[in-house]
Amino acid sequence: MAEPGVSGGHYGQYGGRFVPEALTAALDELDAAFRAALVDPAFHAELNELQRTYTGRPSPMTDAVRFGQECCAGARIMLKREDLNHTGSHKINNVLGQALLAVRMGKKRVIAETGAGQHGVASATAAALMGLDCVVYMGEEDTRRQALNVARMRLLGAEVVPVMAGSRTLKDAINEAMRDWVATVDETHYILGTVTGPSPFPEMVRTFQSVVGREAREQVLEAAGRFPDAVAACVGGGSNAMGIFAGFMDDPGVQLWGFEAGGEGIESGRHAARFSGGSPGVLHGARTYILQDEWGQTVPSHSISAGLDYPGVGPEHAWLHDTGRARYAPVTDSEAMSAFADLCRTEGIIPAIESAHALAGAIRLGREWGPDALIVVNLSGRGDKDVATAARWFGIDGAIVESAEGR
Amino acid sequence: MTTVAEAFARAGEDDRAALIGYLPAGFPTREGSVRLMSAMVRGGVDVVEVGLPYSDPLMDGPVIQEAVGIALREGTTPADVVEIAGEVARTGAATLVMSYWNPIERFGAARFADSLAAAGGCGVITPDLTPEEAQEWQEAAEACDIDRIFLVAPSSTDERIRRVADSCSGFVYAASTMGVTGARATVSDAAEDLVARVRRATALPVAVGLGVSTGDQAAQIAAYADGVIVGSAFIRLVLEAPDLPAAEAAVEGLARELSAGVRRRRDTALS
Repeated sequence: MAEPGVSGGHYGQYGGRFVPEALTAALDELDAAFRAALVDPAFHAELNELQRTYTGRPSPMTDAVRFGQECCAGARIMLKREDLNHTGSHKINNVLGQALLAVRMGKKRVIAETGAGQHGVASATAAALMGLDCVVYMGEEDTRRQALNVARMRLLGAEVVPVMAGSRTLKDAINEAMRDWVATVDETHYILGTVTGPSPFPEMVRTFQSVVGREAREQVLEAAGRFPDAVAACVGGGSNAMGIFAGFMDDPGVQLWGFEAGGEGIESGRHAARFSGGSPGVLHGARTYILQDEWGQTVPSHSISAGLDYPGVGPEHAWLHDTGRARYAPVTDSEAMSAFADLCRTEGIIPAIESAHALAGAIRLGREWGPDALIVVNLSGRGDKDVATAARWFGIDGAIVESAEGR
Repeated sequence: MTTVAEAFARAGEDDRAALIGYLPAGFPTREGSVRLMSAMVRGGVDVVEVGLPYSDPLMDGPVIQEAVGIALREGTTPADVVEIAGEVARTGAATLVMSYWNPIERFGAARFADSLAAAGGCGVITPDLTPEEAQEWQEAAEACDIDRIFLVAPSSTDERIRRVADSCSGFVYAASTMGVTGARATVSDAAEDLVARVRRATALPVAVGLGVSTGDQAAQIAAYADGVIVGSAFIRLVLEAPDLPAAEAAVEGLARELSAGVRRRRDTALS
């Protein structure tokens, strides 16, 4: 990569490869396969064809007129519709790229971690498409929160393994996937779902997600005739954000905004805001911002959104944060659910709760900047999987509202 | 206080392999862990690995995960680990800390090395730190004469093995198998080949870990390696014991069996 400060899988002091030596050979093999594929026209042709005929790319960009007028002080909000992809989120972009690499490396089996289930579903989908065995590790807590996606993965032929260790969420699913990988690395590729983990994962996942930013840049220039004032995305591990940021990285007039899960508020301690409530450390193979206590033990995160409920974040985000190129702010569960409801009512689009954090961020920016502002939001996923959670939150169908102040 | 080099040299003079035993600090309690590690030393362990309990032990199997979870619920901190290592060092055994990297980075690499040296510890094994990321640690540890022990694996290329071995001091930790910690019925053949490859790269002693649980396995490995590392098998005994005295007796007993095993290397080699 050409950017200053970025080399050898490092982004300034962040990134790197903090893994057992047993994985070094596999990561080197993956790195070599990735670099060979990048300069192989046949790989690009195959990936592009899948994106067009299987995922449904390019994904459209929707002018969210009523949402902008009613919720964002008249600012123009354009939604990059990753929710319309096959499998319902941006996750498929990365998974198809990595699954093709797995086939090129001669691996017969893929494993994946999943939080909300979107990456697990995408991985199970690609495995079915390419005839690979697939095992998905999912925190036991998340299998209950996202039961629909567990059923989807099983229908697609994947084995879903509930992880009982630790906090029983995404971070523990990653630990378990790493343990599987270290023992099976000869025949297995680990499809890591986000822009973190040991090198080359952050760079590779960003590369496969950057199609989002490339399309969005072209689409917003064509529709609005100018660069947006800001691009907004939610940030768990940060792959959808890095995908759309990548398209605008070299356009200095475009502010890049990442919105983290503020959970019940930073002061409550129950959140997943690594930049507002965390500090630099090492987790899951990379140095980055993490939630940790004074002794370096990982602190469990909290978010209403399983996909953002993760104590780490991609190392390139850490670097963008420190250099100031991107800005990061927390959005609470309540704000996100309010934005979720707003989009449903004004646009007829049910967003993933993850993506609702980006919408809440856009509302904030729109209200600050007013009607002249143009903001592109990465609508990273659709909310079908979240209907039960939302119905509980809003007390729909006669259910009792758990948290009255959430309204 | 004994250093790692002295422990291996002494074993070499006896024409046997050194026995290295692992237990997490603070498991099942702070005091209990010191007593258990002392029992290991009484049973014949030459080098003690004091495990630093960490929330995300991604190289460890279910047995060590369970023990580490207990130690964390006991409130064991890295500062406690350094103190416990100091108490274990007073038994006369060479005493190491085994830790994932983040707790040391958070403590401060230089401060950790310095504290451990002051307490009487003599080295640190870092299972998720490879030489590429270890520059700060190398300098900090070297300044306090703390040995840096990195791992090699069956998948390591000869070039990697040389790189890792060049960064090690004390000994090279050879992971016997591709996988996480935990007792196994058989220790893989890959270990012998790996040890041979490490020997071509360095004059440092080579110790084999992952999967060793019996005296026979220890004897088998001692036929070709300089050290035999046992962890999960000790922990399993502690988890199964009705109380601490029973756990101490069981740990001492296994240490005796393993200690006899590492002394049977000749017989095994000839058989």
